[in-house]
Amino acid sequence: MKRVQFEHSSIPYLFVAPQIIIIVVFFLWPAAQAIHQSFLLEDAFGLSTQFVWFRNYKDTILSTAWLQAAGFTLIFSALVTFLSLGLALLLAVKANEVIRGARTYKTTLMWAYAIAPPVAGLMGNLMFNPIIGDLYKFLNAIGWDFDHKLDAFDASFVVVLIAVWKQVSVNFIFFLSGLQGIPHSVQEAATMDCRSPTRRFWTITFPLLAPTTFFLMVINITYAFFETFGIIDTTTRGAPGGATNTLVFKVFQDGFRGADLGGSSAQSVVLMLIVLALTVLQFRFIERKVHY
Amino acid sequence: MASLELKNVQKTYPNGAIAVRGVDMEIDHGEFIVFVGPSGCGKSTLLRMVAGLEKITEGEILIQDKVVNDVTPADRDVAMVFQNYALYPHMTVRGNMSYGLKNRGFAKDEINKKVEDAAAMLRIGDFLDRQPNQLSGGQRQRVAMGRAIVREPKVFLFDEPLSNLDAKLRVQMRIEIKRLQRRMDVTSIYVTHDQTEAMTLADRLAVINDGRVEQMGAPMELYSNPATLFVASFIGSPQINLLPVKLSGQSLVSGDLSIDGFQDLPADKELVLGLRPDHLSLSADQAGSSNSALKIRVDIVEQHGADNVIYGELIGAGSSMDGEPVEFCVKTGQANIPDIESILDLHFDVADAMVFLKETGSRLK
Amino acid sequence: MNNVNWRLLTTHLVLILGMLFMSLPVWVAFATSTHSAETILREGLQLWPGAHFVETYRQVLFVEGGVMKSVLGTTMLKNSLILGIGFAIGKVIISMLAAYAIVYFRFRLASFLFWVIFMTLLLPLEVRIIPSYEVVSSLGLLDTHVGLIVPLIASATGTFFFRQFFRSVPDELLEAAKLDGATAWQFFKDILVPLSRTMIAAILIIMFVVGWNQYLWPLIMTTKEENYTLVIGIKQIYQILAEGGELPQYQKAFALTILATLPPVLVVLVFQNWFVKGLVESEK
Repeated sequence: MKRVQFEHSSIPYLFVAPQIIIIVVFFLWPAAQAIHQSFLLEDAFGLSTQFVWFRNYKDTILSTAWLQAAGFTLIFSALVTFLSLGLALLLAVKANEVIRGARTYKTTLMWAYAIAPPVAGLMGNLMFNPIIGDLYKFLNAIGWDFDHKLDAFDASFVVVLIAVWKQVSVNFIFFLSGLQGIPHSVQEAATMDCRSPTRRFWTITFPLLAPTTFFLMVINITYAFFETFGIIDTTTRGAPGGATNTLVFKVFQDGFRGADLGGSSAQSVVLMLIVLALTVLQFRFIERKVHY
Repeated sequence: MASLELKNVQKTYPNGAIAVRGVDMEIDHGEFIVFVGPSGCGKSTLLRMVAGLEKITEGEILIQDKVVNDVTPADRDVAMVFQNYALYPHMTVRGNMSYGLKNRGFAKDEINKKVEDAAAMLRIGDFLDRQPNQLSGGQRQRVAMGRAIVREPKVFLFDEPLSNLDAKLRVQMRIEIKRLQRRMDVTSIYVTHDQTEAMTLADRLAVINDGRVEQMGAPMELYSNPATLFVASFIGSPQINLLPVKLSGQSLVSGDLSIDGFQDLPADKELVLGLRPDHLSLSADQAGSSNSALKIRVDIVEQHGADNVIYGELIGAGSSMDGEPVEFCVKTGQANIPDIESILDLHFDVADAMVFLKETGSRLK
Repeated sequence: MNNVNWRLLTTHLVLILGMLFMSLPVWVAFATSTHSAETILREGLQLWPGAHFVETYRQVLFVEGGVMKSVLGTTMLKNSLILGIGFAIGKVIISMLAAYAIVYFRFRLASFLFWVIFMTLLLPLEVRIIPSYEVVSSLGLLDTHVGLIVPLIASATGTFFFRQFFRSVPDELLEAAKLDGATAWQFFKDILVPLSRTMIAAILIIMFVVGWNQYLWPLIMTTKEENYTLVIGIKQIYQILAEGGELPQYQKAFALTILATLPPVLVVLVFQNWFVKGLVESEK
């Protein structure tokens, strides 16, 4: 809070108006609509609607398809978060150590940030193309009977790999800046107190990176939940048999392809609750950061 | 005609904290007034209320006999030099100095003339086209002053302007500020927590404590004739020696010590004896009609060059205000370098001794 | 070799492997895009550039029917640029204004409106996609730039970023400006905006990339091919390839991927320092 502020009756409202108007029209109103629709059932021709309380929730959320998507989303998010964080941390620590070539490494490791998820998806898709994809051929050549069009595990492998690849660079940037934020004097004191570099990393550096790591975890989970839509949509599209459906992809599928408005809205509302939980988590983290 | 007048000015923050508890003062045209006090005493708040940056909860502020309580800062015709200078970092020195004039609708030629005159006066003419981050601390300080000068305000306000400078530069700028103020003949208020700065700059200084003016007057008057224990201990360096005592007959008693020659003091109250380090001496002949009841065991000798300051524990005394052994210090000539642990007699003139009521801090003698 | 050297060697090895992992796919995509469809079909992906660079990219960029049914690559490029630049500029403007009001003014609804802005973090596009589509469609904004850009720019990230930055600006600057007689608008225009130059540049870069890379919203918003962005074009080409055909035009798919990747990557590389600063600062 500023010690001194302007006191005006109308000017501040004028300044916030553009954003607030857009928010009301394109955020709050549609969100309210989604909640409203989640309690309605529309007949097949969209001619009449009926208020059905929680039936949409019961029908969709308890369906095996939704539960399967929820299960996949959880595993997928956990894998993507863990793998991309681990890989990025390893690279950031190494990039922070070297002097020669540091800039080149840094640049080449971060630029994939600029690639859109669906573009990464299409690229990956072509790499795993049965006709021209070298990765497809390679995996089969080493004795893995690989077919991501038919096998659920193989399909998951493809989307996880692409999602991790796309996310490493963001994590790398944050880890590297976190590492560079650790004061030199602390590192030097640690060098005097502890001979083993590995032990030094786990006892000094890693705990000092904890705020960054925690923050990135929330970011990565959010990414895996929502932004990977573009990857799924350009690779497996939920195949085979819904095995790689994420919750967001399913909302889209049911709403636009299946035209099941009520069910899709109910799923949206559940997603809102998930975002709410993630945000609360993030805020508790910020509180903790204050102490740190 | 008073140039600036404060009438029962008070400040209470929305959270209930009271920063200023009713301040009255009249400042004449061209006076250099210093507000001095410990941090958090309300001196900055008071200054910011004069500037119009802080709302006045109660009371009135008058600039040239006009109440300015509801006048915006820009319309009060005051200028301020901030502690961190508050230069606009993206503007050149010229831009910084002319911004206020531009907003007031001055013509371009006039602005340039004023800026160049002020820059010449402050010897920053060569830097006019540089940006603040290309200047040293002292130069930035001058730009901040230049920004205030060009406006030719009715009142100059300084909010601890020298506290970000190193010691040597601070002394130099202090002299320059004084010279400038005298030359421009502008009423000025200067806030600081540094008593040396306060003593050297002020025509009159106001010692502020806990939102009140403890005493206001010329520097030497406050030094030799403080109204309260707070003023006595805040003004003067090294600090005044204090000894909690009680009256017994015509003597002040602390522990095994008894100091003669005191009359007309309340017998049943706790008192505090105050003796300035430069009113104590090591030999009887230097201290007029001499009282020599005090002895110290030498602990530290600080050599300042022209003089020495000797610190030592007062022998036989009770405990100090904080319940610790009483330590006294003496200012002496440079030739006096006593051995550590040696015992020295202290002489003083009873007329120089001050006595305060411990409970309220008010001066009794 | 002693211990220290071994350590250094493994460090470089890990970094080089990381570099290959991150860069090789894009390189292969580029190399493959410069070969003919026949070569790719016969030999698979390519590691070295071929002789068909000009032909393929000319087809994709300038020839009608070269990659989509009717739309040219250049049109999609233009649409992508409009989305990226419009999104970035729009976002900076509305979030700076809102952050300025929230930080520098005392007004009654300040905290309520702050929470309204905060709410947008709880409502990512994905959870309100269908009703959002309905709103835009009922306003008649489908297939328009306004309908494409405006609903995207209101989220809180930019506002929070500038709020954070404004709060770090020393209070004394406003006080000095007040004494200098600056009005609220003058303070914003003369001092705050110039002071925020680097921050604005950083956020513009990030938001350009974010805008360029939008997928879900343009996907449902644009129905006419002439409004496709490159990223949406990707989706179409995927469909064409999936449906098969006489000779799959893989090289065009790869060329489109490279085209969709190049501008944001260039922006990030050229303005690397600002970009990193903006990214790291914006998440605080």
